[in-house]
Amino acid sequence: MRPPGAMPKLPQFTLPRVVAKIVSRLPPQPPALALTAALDWGIGRVVSRESVEPLIGRRFALVVRDLGLAVHFEGTPRGFRRAKPPFDPELSVAATLRDFIALGLREEDPDTLFFARRLAIEGDTELGLTVKNLLDGIDWQRALEGVWPPSFLKARTTAFTG
Amino acid sequence: MEFPVHAPELTCPAGGLPALKAAVDNGADCVYVGFRDETNARAFNGLNFDAATLREGIAYAHRHRRKVLVALNTFPPAAKWAQWTRAVDLAAELGVDAVICADLALIGYAARTHPELRLHLSVQASATNYEAINFYHDHFGIRRAVLPRVLSVAQVEHTIARTPVEIEVFGYGSLCVMVEGRCTLSAYATGESPNCQGVCSPAKAVRWEQLPNGMRTRLNGFMIDEFGADERPGYPTLCKGRFEVQGETYYALEEPASLNTLELLPELVRIGVRAIKIEGRQRSPAYVAQVTRVWREAIDRCVAAPSAYVPAPAALAELNRLSEGQTQTLGAYSRPWR
Repeated sequence: MRPPGAMPKLPQFTLPRVVAKIVSRLPPQPPALALTAALDWGIGRVVSRESVEPLIGRRFALVVRDLGLAVHFEGTPRGFRRAKPPFDPELSVAATLRDFIALGLREEDPDTLFFARRLAIEGDTELGLTVKNLLDGIDWQRALEGVWPPSFLKARTTAFTG
Repeated sequence: MEFPVHAPELTCPAGGLPALKAAVDNGADCVYVGFRDETNARAFNGLNFDAATLREGIAYAHRHRRKVLVALNTFPPAAKWAQWTRAVDLAAELGVDAVICADLALIGYAARTHPELRLHLSVQASATNYEAINFYHDHFGIRRAVLPRVLSVAQVEHTIARTPVEIEVFGYGSLCVMVEGRCTLSAYATGESPNCQGVCSPAKAVRWEQLPNGMRTRLNGFMIDEFGADERPGYPTLCKGRFEVQGETYYALEEPASLNTLELLPELVRIGVRAIKIEGRQRSPAYVAQVTRVWREAIDRCVAAPSAYVPAPAALAELNRLSEGQTQTLGAYSRPWR
């Protein structure tokens, strides 16, 4: 059903346990810095500044279960920042690396993963829904126009929308 | 079993522009949407359309010769009447193909103020018989009615035969206790109801608590369910909670289940259903794309050769995967004991 030229569907996988053992011993700062830098890049480009205002002053945890990684960060008026311990996230979202990628590619629906117990959401549900709807509302094709050439985008954004 | 067939319009949900495009790209005939306030029954933070995104969505759908319907299907409280009439005006101004309304006065306003605007009767109006539907037709000129999910196929057929109004039925998606437009269960727990505030369970009242071996759901402090590690949860509504009743703990109101009528499709086509509605404006563009694709293929195949149609196993598996709760059901459509 996937149109020609679109990316193949992401296979099911879970990282071997040894990965989590190793990653959990590594310093947490680099992934947190990478994530917050990526989020900051998206403000004004992928999502409007107004739409991220509800996230200012809120604390988040992103848990990649099979990677043994928990990224704690918070929204500030100047963008997203790595949170410092002691951590007290208002919203915690947990899934495997594969499922986070599939959600990003819009191959999986978050409610479907939630019903299947593959996505866990804890804390402020209203904040969680705000984040989910913010991400669901991104029109990637439009957001990335001007960043990548149209031919590159066409194949990838077709994959996003099925 | 060959009969003259009229393909029902596949009517798919969209909570945002990407979902609308996904519906159109995957074969929806109509996409139904709402504005960003409580004028519709999916009033969640960050969901739905403002004027600019809806204008763009309508242009996209019309470019592909598809329709956009706007749900204005909640009941305006007296103090907020103007908010609902402004929503009708905006929908008309933007050039939507129809509005889906439930409130009698709002339907009257739309009919009076925008006579060219096509009117659909929402499921929230709870019109379950042809007399009620014909009343709305005779007084306000409604063109289509969405039937509440309480009728058997025979009753739907009986209704269709006695009304000039096109009949739309729910085909797939989450079920509720089906007292549409009259449900006060969540208002009991949270003070807000789907009928006026547009949400069954306001997100601010919902808490999911992870337990060592499962998960617990609370609605405004009320514990409504606890799930084992392998149990599939449903949406956090009171109607789908497990309660202790006379010493027994069970789904006392209803089991979380999803409607799936894929196997009834030849029957729905035969009796003249004009549109099939897919539930789920709160779901993501991925869900919309997946469900729309499955139903488009099924309707096309069914209309081409109704007597040869059987649901594809892969399609059933896909819909099962996407569904809420532990079971799928034909709901009230199939009542073999009658």
